[in-house]
Amino acid sequence: MSDAERTSSGKRELRKDLASIRRRGLAIALLVLAAIDLLVFARTTSSASMTVFELSAPPAIPVPPIHIPVLATLLAIGIACVLLAVLQVLWKGNQRTYLLLGIGLALSGIAFLAWAGQGERVDVEGLLTTSLIEAVPLTLGALSGLLCERSGVINIAIEGQFLIAAFVGALVGSATGNLWIGLLCGALAGGVVGLILAVFTITYRADQIIVGVVIDAFALGLTTFFLLSLLVPKQMTLNSPAVFGPIPIPLLDRIPIIGPLIFDQNIMVYLTIIILVLVQVTLFQTRWGLRVRAVGEHPRAAETVGIKVLRVRYRNVILGGIVAGIGGASFTIGSTGQFAHNMTAGLGYIALAAMIFGRWRPLGALGAAILFGFFDALQFTLSALNAPIPSNFLSMFPYLATILAVAGLVGRVVPPAADGQPYARE
Amino acid sequence: MTGAPPGPGAGSGAGGSVVARIARFFLSGNVVIVTFLAFVSALFIGAIIIVVASPDAVAAWGRFGHAPGAAFAQSWHVIATAYSALFIGSIGSPRGIVDAIASGSGQRLSNAFYPLSETLVATTPLMMSGLGIALAFRAGLFDIGGQGQLILGALGATLAGFLVPGLPIYLHLPLAILFGAAFGAAWGFIPGILKARTGAHEVITSMMLNYVALNLLTFLLTTALFQAPPRYQPVSKSVAATARLPHLAGPSLRVNLGIILAVACMVGVAWLLQRSTLGFKFRMLGANREAARVAGVNISLQYVLAMTLAGAIVGLAGTFMVLGVDYKVAAGYGGTIGFDGITVAILGQGNPYGVGLSALLFGAFAAGGRTMQLDANIPLQLVQVLQAVLVLFVAAPGVIRTIFRIRVRGAGRVFGGWSG
Repeated sequence: MSDAERTSSGKRELRKDLASIRRRGLAIALLVLAAIDLLVFARTTSSASMTVFELSAPPAIPVPPIHIPVLATLLAIGIACVLLAVLQVLWKGNQRTYLLLGIGLALSGIAFLAWAGQGERVDVEGLLTTSLIEAVPLTLGALSGLLCERSGVINIAIEGQFLIAAFVGALVGSATGNLWIGLLCGALAGGVVGLILAVFTITYRADQIIVGVVIDAFALGLTTFFLLSLLVPKQMTLNSPAVFGPIPIPLLDRIPIIGPLIFDQNIMVYLTIIILVLVQVTLFQTRWGLRVRAVGEHPRAAETVGIKVLRVRYRNVILGGIVAGIGGASFTIGSTGQFAHNMTAGLGYIALAAMIFGRWRPLGALGAAILFGFFDALQFTLSALNAPIPSNFLSMFPYLATILAVAGLVGRVVPPAADGQPYARE
Repeated sequence: MTGAPPGPGAGSGAGGSVVARIARFFLSGNVVIVTFLAFVSALFIGAIIIVVASPDAVAAWGRFGHAPGAAFAQSWHVIATAYSALFIGSIGSPRGIVDAIASGSGQRLSNAFYPLSETLVATTPLMMSGLGIALAFRAGLFDIGGQGQLILGALGATLAGFLVPGLPIYLHLPLAILFGAAFGAAWGFIPGILKARTGAHEVITSMMLNYVALNLLTFLLTTALFQAPPRYQPVSKSVAATARLPHLAGPSLRVNLGIILAVACMVGVAWLLQRSTLGFKFRMLGANREAARVAGVNISLQYVLAMTLAGAIVGLAGTFMVLGVDYKVAAGYGGTIGFDGITVAILGQGNPYGVGLSALLFGAFAAGGRTMQLDANIPLQLVQVLQAVLVLFVAAPGVIRTIFRIRVRGAGRVFGGWSG
């Protein structure tokens, strides 16, 4: 503990430095957006080109498609980004560091779509829906990481929890023919992986990052092994579960644009929203949440006031596993309906990145997950439009954004103080 | 599967009979014993998984009430088939080797030593990535970006390999190796400089760079510079013959100079860590960061140096794969080898020679796993499970202590949290 005190003054100075770097960094980021907009997009656009944005989907009251003059839009958005950058520098008391950048990013997204879809019809509603669906496992994974890390245990095993839960969800959902049992078992399987992580890191105090990495390797090997030896020979009975269908919410699904987007989805989307609200409220508004955060920030102090540190950590790591398990089940019984080799393909790590990018806060994690999901969905839209942008650069975005975020260049990320440190009673 | 209970002689003083001394050795729980017991446990868990995945064995267990012996016999049969295929695929059949040497026929010798050659081929990149990651470990850094550094190394070597044809081999080969190391070093430098300048945790940055590298590779394989004509598939051009690592045992065995260079690197890293000033600073940093700072070590510089060096060594893993075996890169090149390097480094406890042995073991697993898949029809991924369980137990010696009821000195290494 005294170690932490000694370095805290140095850290404070570093933090002050970072604050000014951050303000500058955010302004520069906005200027870069403006520059791309004006110098790259606008220069390659003729003044006559138009783009049509489709904003309607079946259950909602139809909205007429919007015809957008591309060049005028690009110029307007470019200038808006410059103004936002100026505001970023002048607005000293700006606590919400991400607000202006968020506006700039959203505007740039519109500019980009208008530019990429010149002379074509862009299915904006479809793009947003895909982003949201992509964001479901990312949000749940990020919430899983958040539950663990707020109590001081780093959960790199999200990827492994995803994979095992996706596998179990498909297997049980298929074998029993009941998706709800599949979902339940997937969630429990995630919880069991969480329990393994807890036993190794909390009781035996092994290094949390090592155990997480190894659990991921274990999960990949185990699921692929059983996929090839058990599921593939009996594909029809063991690996072809049904998929949760959409549950339209009456009346609300008629709202233009957001109706089909939010109120005509399957149970996974609704569950994600419920879990998100639950975590947000319990973590920051209840005594339980205060205790969890105390354990994650200063376990010794928490212990002195009678909080059982190890028990809190166990509970949170298992809970986190269950949440990641629900996210994992969404890969199979929530969308594709079949387990495939390494089907999560590193999304567990993106979920971890979303948690960090969202600064260890549930709503931040949601925002990051939607942003990352949007970039993933954008690739499909762009390939449909034959846009001249290699999709690989879009795929890099979440990772580069996370690197910039942890480097403190755009926004401040501060993990819980005791994150990653095993706790031993004295 | 239970360990020997602590006998009466186990706890008695320093002297005692040979038996008592041997018993004490086994019960003291040193690194060798813990690793061995972890290995046994991994094989045991693997055996359970094999039985669960075998329909015949499961059916036999279903009839356990009627024929309990058959259940055990059937289980033993599938386990023995799998593990003996694993052994023969990695080392070869002992009798076959003896017969081949007796016959002196070149073809039969090649066939007999094929498994060993494959083991060494698989060992080479595992050893290099393990060494790089272990070096970072010793400096207190967790380099999780092996995959990206390996890809960059492979890209660098490929680039140098096809870009300048017509060079003599004594210039071209070193140039390609140098390029591979330099590209890997660049990819390791980024997390290092970010950590030194901004305090960004190297686990996060290096992990993210893995995916950036994967996407970069996929992109480059669509460009005219890298993609092999007629440019239908995501495969690079092949490296020139003058940049390939020579084979060691004739053209029919894939074992090549790479394994010798890897062993040389192992000795080099051991020398660096144990005998050089730079290595001493790395170890100081890993042992106690504050003490190193007080002693006047430039911490930021060491971070950058350690990560760059680690990146270069892991980059050589990709280099040796390209120049020794594949001669070109494809999308997703390297698979999980950069990741397996982490488990190799942990299993070797950060000691270069331990890393070498661990890489040999995992290389044998990789080669044997392929035979097991072909001959015993057990999916290759079983070895991934075995490796993970093995390393999990080695990383948490306390678990082994509980299972086998032995004393273990020291806990696993701890790296601290994100902010550390």
